[in-house]
Amino acid sequence: MTRTRFQQEMEELREKLLRMGGLAELAVDRACQAYSERDLARCQMVLDNESLINAAEREIDELAFDILATQQPAAVDLRFILAVTKINSDLERVGDQAVNIAERVMDLIELPAAELPVDIPRMATAVGAMVRRALESFVEGKAELAQAVLEMDHVVDRMRDEAFIMLVRKMNETPEVTQQALDALLVARNLERVADHATNIAEDVIFWVLGADVRHHAQSLAAAQPPDRPERQEQ
Amino acid sequence: MGVGITVEGLNAFYGKTQALFDVNLRVLANHATALIGPSGCGKSTFIRCLNRMHETIPDARVEGTVRIGDLSVYNGTSATQLRRRVGMVFQKPKLNGFRKRKQLDEVVERSLHSAALWEEVKDHLHKKSGASLSGGQQQRLCIARALAVQPEVLLMDEPCSALDPISTGKIEELIFQLKEQYTIVIVTHNMQQAARVAEFTGFFLLGKMIEFDKTEKIFTKPSDKRTEDYVTGRFG
Repeated sequence: MTRTRFQQEMEELREKLLRMGGLAELAVDRACQAYSERDLARCQMVLDNESLINAAEREIDELAFDILATQQPAAVDLRFILAVTKINSDLERVGDQAVNIAERVMDLIELPAAELPVDIPRMATAVGAMVRRALESFVEGKAELAQAVLEMDHVVDRMRDEAFIMLVRKMNETPEVTQQALDALLVARNLERVADHATNIAEDVIFWVLGADVRHHAQSLAAAQPPDRPERQEQ
Repeated sequence: MGVGITVEGLNAFYGKTQALFDVNLRVLANHATALIGPSGCGKSTFIRCLNRMHETIPDARVEGTVRIGDLSVYNGTSATQLRRRVGMVFQKPKLNGFRKRKQLDEVVERSLHSAALWEEVKDHLHKKSGASLSGGQQQRLCIARALAVQPEVLLMDEPCSALDPISTGKIEELIFQLKEQYTIVIVTHNMQQAARVAEFTGFFLLGKMIEFDKTEKIFTKPSDKRTEDYVTGRFG
């Protein structure tokens, strides 16, 4: 029994989510480049593209809803659709964080440039890698790749904590750059939130592939096993 | 009340052709257990081994142990004794042999109540034949007949495959209610029906029971790739 229409719809859902992932990833990249280069035009591109991400979110939810209603998927297919709807929501929020970063950068551009003790580009590289690997784990359907994303999250958390300490110190020592330091601090916080969404995406990929709920350490990945594929015996 | 069913090392044959291979299963009392699998997988053969209908086919035979409660099905129990304790409902309502007997009014009323049919037929009980009922009503009449002898186990072989969705819904609702009093084993081609009505589901393939587990496990995270391929429609 081949379920051609079902398989086509599942493939369409996958492709739509990947396009959505591409848009969200691009938005974060552009916002971070805008920070490094104080580029107002890039900020505006991030703001303009937000509506595309929002539209993509609605489209994906609609298709997932249709498939659930008409095809009654089970097992790995059901897990895939549930994972897609959750990843969809995380990607939309990644887009929101990119907009937040762009707005902070627009604010910074209007202020005098200040020497700040924070390496936002380095943090952006780490966060960008997490988003990219989370999406790769979805493309490949590989729990190991997703697991690697989970392990990167604490690195970004530490960067955010360090940025907070250094920037608050800077505000105390040099009050005239408080506004710039505050903007940079918010950018660091936005990036850390993007990393959290990448982590959620990785957890959803693990749920899809292995059926294991690893959120909040509910289940260890080591205990989760894919279905057995016993060798077929001749009868 | 329902009783549990224990099956150990069950092999079934049609002449030289083996249809079931070493099936082992424990069915819990007062639960609904669904058996799913593609055509020819042995699920109907299996259910027919539970009430000794398999051996009514020429050259068919069974090896292994089946216990219905404390009754050993293939060891010193007559088919008549067994079928008092195990009722069966088939794919198509079989009304042959249905006769209304006034002296059995009490049994008839009780059974029709149990099969959720009483309200629909009570006013013309002695006037119309069963054949005048709708397909869904006929199937519930068959369930009433199976329940008339107050069995402990109710076997259902594709009870809804000839019915429309409304009648199917009524039978499924009935299964839900009957579980309180009976142990139910249902063979179905409709996977969603298994998911809706049964607490436990067994998947058969090529005469073997591949996987048996809680229904929600079978439909969300089966342990065997073959089960997953079947419930996701990749084959079958």
